[in-house]
Amino acid sequence: MDTQVIGHRTPRVDGENKLTGRADYTTDWYVEDMLHGYPVPASIAHGTLEALDIEPVLAMPGVVAVYHHGNFPRLYRSPSSQAHQDQVSEVRLPFEDERIHYDGQYVAMVVAERYEQARAAAQALQARYRQDDGARPGLLYTREDGRPLESEGGSRGDPESAYERAPVKIDHVYGIAPESHMQMEMHATLAQWRDGRLIVHESSQGVIYQQKAMARIFDLPEEQVEVISHYIGSGFGNKLFMWPHAVAVAAAARELGRPVKAVLPRQQDMESGGNRPASRQRLRLAADEQGRLQSMRHDSTTETSFVHPYVDSVGSPTLSLYACDNAAISQHLLEVNHGTPCPMRAPGEVSGIYALECAMDELAIALDMDPLELRRRNYNHEDPAKGLPWSSKHLDTCYDSAARRFGWERRDSAVGSMTEGDEILGWGMATSSWFAGRQPCMARVELRADGTVLAACGTQDIGTGTYTVVAQTVAELTGVPLDRVEVRLGESSLPAGPLSGGSMATATTLPAVAAAVRAAIDELKEVATDEDAPFTGADPDGLTFRDGALVDAQGKRVTFDELLTGQKLGSVNGDGQAAPGDEQQQYSFRSFGAHFVEVRWDPAITRLRVSRVVSSIDIGRAVNPATARNQVEGAIVMGMGMGLFEKLDYDPRDARLINNNYSDYIVTSHADMPDIDVELLDNPDYAFNEFGARGVGEIGLTGIAPAIANAVYHATGKRIRELPITIDKLLDI
Amino acid sequence: MRSFAYRTAEDISQAVTTHGADDHVAYVAGGTTLLDLVKLDVMRPSQLVDINRLPLSEVETLDDGRLRIGATVTNTDLAHHPEVKARYPLLSQALLSGASTQLRNMATTAGNVMQRTRCPYYRDASAACNRREPGSGCDAMHGINRMHAVLGVSDACIATHPSDMCVAMAAIGATLTLEGPEGVREMAFNDFHRLPGEQPEKEHELRPGELITHVTLDTPVEGAGAHYLKLRDRASYEFALASAGAVVAVEDGMIREARLALGGVATKPWRAHEAEQALHDQPASIETFEMAAEAALQDAVPHEHNAFKIPLARQAIVRALREACKDAENANPQR
Repeated sequence: MDTQVIGHRTPRVDGENKLTGRADYTTDWYVEDMLHGYPVPASIAHGTLEALDIEPVLAMPGVVAVYHHGNFPRLYRSPSSQAHQDQVSEVRLPFEDERIHYDGQYVAMVVAERYEQARAAAQALQARYRQDDGARPGLLYTREDGRPLESEGGSRGDPESAYERAPVKIDHVYGIAPESHMQMEMHATLAQWRDGRLIVHESSQGVIYQQKAMARIFDLPEEQVEVISHYIGSGFGNKLFMWPHAVAVAAAARELGRPVKAVLPRQQDMESGGNRPASRQRLRLAADEQGRLQSMRHDSTTETSFVHPYVDSVGSPTLSLYACDNAAISQHLLEVNHGTPCPMRAPGEVSGIYALECAMDELAIALDMDPLELRRRNYNHEDPAKGLPWSSKHLDTCYDSAARRFGWERRDSAVGSMTEGDEILGWGMATSSWFAGRQPCMARVELRADGTVLAACGTQDIGTGTYTVVAQTVAELTGVPLDRVEVRLGESSLPAGPLSGGSMATATTLPAVAAAVRAAIDELKEVATDEDAPFTGADPDGLTFRDGALVDAQGKRVTFDELLTGQKLGSVNGDGQAAPGDEQQQYSFRSFGAHFVEVRWDPAITRLRVSRVVSSIDIGRAVNPATARNQVEGAIVMGMGMGLFEKLDYDPRDARLINNNYSDYIVTSHADMPDIDVELLDNPDYAFNEFGARGVGEIGLTGIAPAIANAVYHATGKRIRELPITIDKLLDI
Repeated sequence: MRSFAYRTAEDISQAVTTHGADDHVAYVAGGTTLLDLVKLDVMRPSQLVDINRLPLSEVETLDDGRLRIGATVTNTDLAHHPEVKARYPLLSQALLSGASTQLRNMATTAGNVMQRTRCPYYRDASAACNRREPGSGCDAMHGINRMHAVLGVSDACIATHPSDMCVAMAAIGATLTLEGPEGVREMAFNDFHRLPGEQPEKEHELRPGELITHVTLDTPVEGAGAHYLKLRDRASYEFALASAGAVVAVEDGMIREARLALGGVATKPWRAHEAEQALHDQPASIETFEMAAEAALQDAVPHEHNAFKIPLARQAIVRALREACKDAENANPQR
């Protein structure tokens, strides 16, 4: 497809709004008569709330109400069904009972005239708890496995006997500490009731899901709920599904008859606003002497809270990434006294691929084989999990290109052999992958008499550039320049669009927008061939739409704004929808890539830094290469945090979170930034959708942590099998 | 955050008078520690006395060659001051290794001397902490104590002193000028911070209402090289897991004079006197540095998660001494 706009680097169309402060983030919203809510977090992780000393707090300046188990209105639980799009992050309603299941669980919410008053009162509220013994600490502090998850199992062949027969094998356990999303914009809700209608501004990755969940919880018809999320200061998955703070705020607004807003402080966001669950993963791999995989087994345990059974599907990539006749995955789920986990960028797969790609490195060493060569020898051309060919797979090109740019052929495989001054270089690599998914979607497009085009869809832009790719699609198909395209997203009253999650938003939204553009153009042709219209009597199908104008076979050209103005019409509209189809039975869809990482290790001062990352990623068509590259670069930086720094530190004695702030929870800083060289292959996957785009939000994160871990081994000779690889683990004591 | 009164003062005596001897009154300059802890409900002042308008923002060289730094000189200004860069490079390096540019723009010299620990149990008003709430116990002792101290610890407290600036001052040597209701007095920098002992809540030797007005650095060691090395997980914006500040003068390959202080591993800015003795009049060699490092950590007491700090601090010392000696060579090639 020859394109003018799609596939070309395009500055964000919402960039100016963000730069000038016109972008209306939820946190920025102030409405008349608005009150401020401030949740009160429990200071124990396991026990019972015995008493709250409410009276003194009610007497504090500005305090309007304190909601808690004793006076919170009765509401309904959302069924939390993905199929019905009413999924929530925590099915338990706020203040439902007085049991405390995790540190930071809300025991009350203060509502006051001003934010500072609400915060002061929340801090002053005295709570008495009965703390129970035996708070279950995180997964990595216990040997317990919890209950088996049938839904996460799968197998082919006979992995057990193949493992026994194989000459070369490895069997190791890998762990990942729980991580925090650490998105910039806090969870925030502003709720207002107008004539029985609930209007919610929320920093949300899924306005439609929140609309439906709110309707269930407050027992309202869906159309009586509107959820608005025009701009989101990122989410990384923790804003996909609604959290209890939003329910508490909406209920308070209803009870008090005034708008209520709450912006969670960072501490609460980290304690009760979602996390990536810890995982423990046993990998057993076996190969023949030539390095051909004979058996793969991946047995995992992930954790969740006691109030919501969240499952990170960590094993699934193991069934798809390599050619191997005998493979099996299984998973257990363990409840712990932590805040409820939720999807976090590349949920499940990034964890599973970490363990798998470390295990592949260990297998390569056991085989005395180059780790890249081991991957090449197990390359597949179809998805062994589904028995379907890949729609478009160019992982071999990724390996070749990234290895060449990195200089992999100069690698000396001996541990610690590549030195520079005080430092030892470590080189490691890993495969990167993320499934390609698509959802049903609707959209509306208006060609307007003022010469502008409006595209609207009830999805949202979480900072990844959805406004821009929608505008590009409209510009591409209409020939109208980008500055005359208006995009409206982030309102549940718009035609239903997808969650911004799973790297699916682009592949899901653009085909629906394209269908709506075509429908609007068809409508325009009808208008143009009406009586007293410029093309009266012409066959609508004989007209073409180019560069914002209808053109007939004789070359007569009328722009759509001239046409509409002449016909005294404000606009013509087109509704479009799109959904995955038969292609799902013909192909398996997945993106692939490769990361090569260089670390610098100064053993005399135990200093470890990532100095270079070279990546090649195949995501099909990059609709906007500028924002797509930005996604991968950002993911690499995030992956460095996963590999080296990030860990939610819960005190194993009482399961309380002790590093609940941006200073003590360590993420990658600017000074850690390595040289990053990202290449996006351009192989449009037209089997997937008409634009050939598979999505790019998550793949870049997968494979970074194992590439780092493998490089660390190459530099240090130390195989650290639990993330993050902090320097205390590298120091001989 | 609780309500508090806020007063400003125009000069030192007005500040001291406004403060009085009330324990619940606090001076505030940059506020980077104080306001953070007030918001966490850890510090609960009834009144703040803002000293930013006091005429204490100058850095001046005294006739005897010492450098006098006003209380409200910011970390940024101090780190980039030409006299500091030229004569006290250790201080400049230490300051620039701390916090972030934004914080250094706000944080002041006297405020940094008063910096509080980052112990998470100290910062959590609902945890047991003898430093915050005398007699309540210490949740860090058997809790997550990876960041905690191995030197100068007691049964009551193992909280780390977090400042980088103070480590450099401990090595360089300095005098604090204190002014309070009872008048003006001076105190050696290394006598100012207290070990936790049985009273970790008493962090320093300030008397009620006293204000640090100046820090006066000792004259630099002649011909010395200097190096501040901070070891941590990431490259910036993190407190030290171990840091070492070294000032070394070398003559004919022998160490004539050495000053060494440690950060990230001790309950106060830690001058390593035993290590300095081990260096004095010894050859400037890795073997000597390693002996000094052993001496510096000989009394270290590890807890469950921080034993790694002992070898890490040794490494910091050896490398900082090596680099300081290199620096001395570069500055004095004839020696």
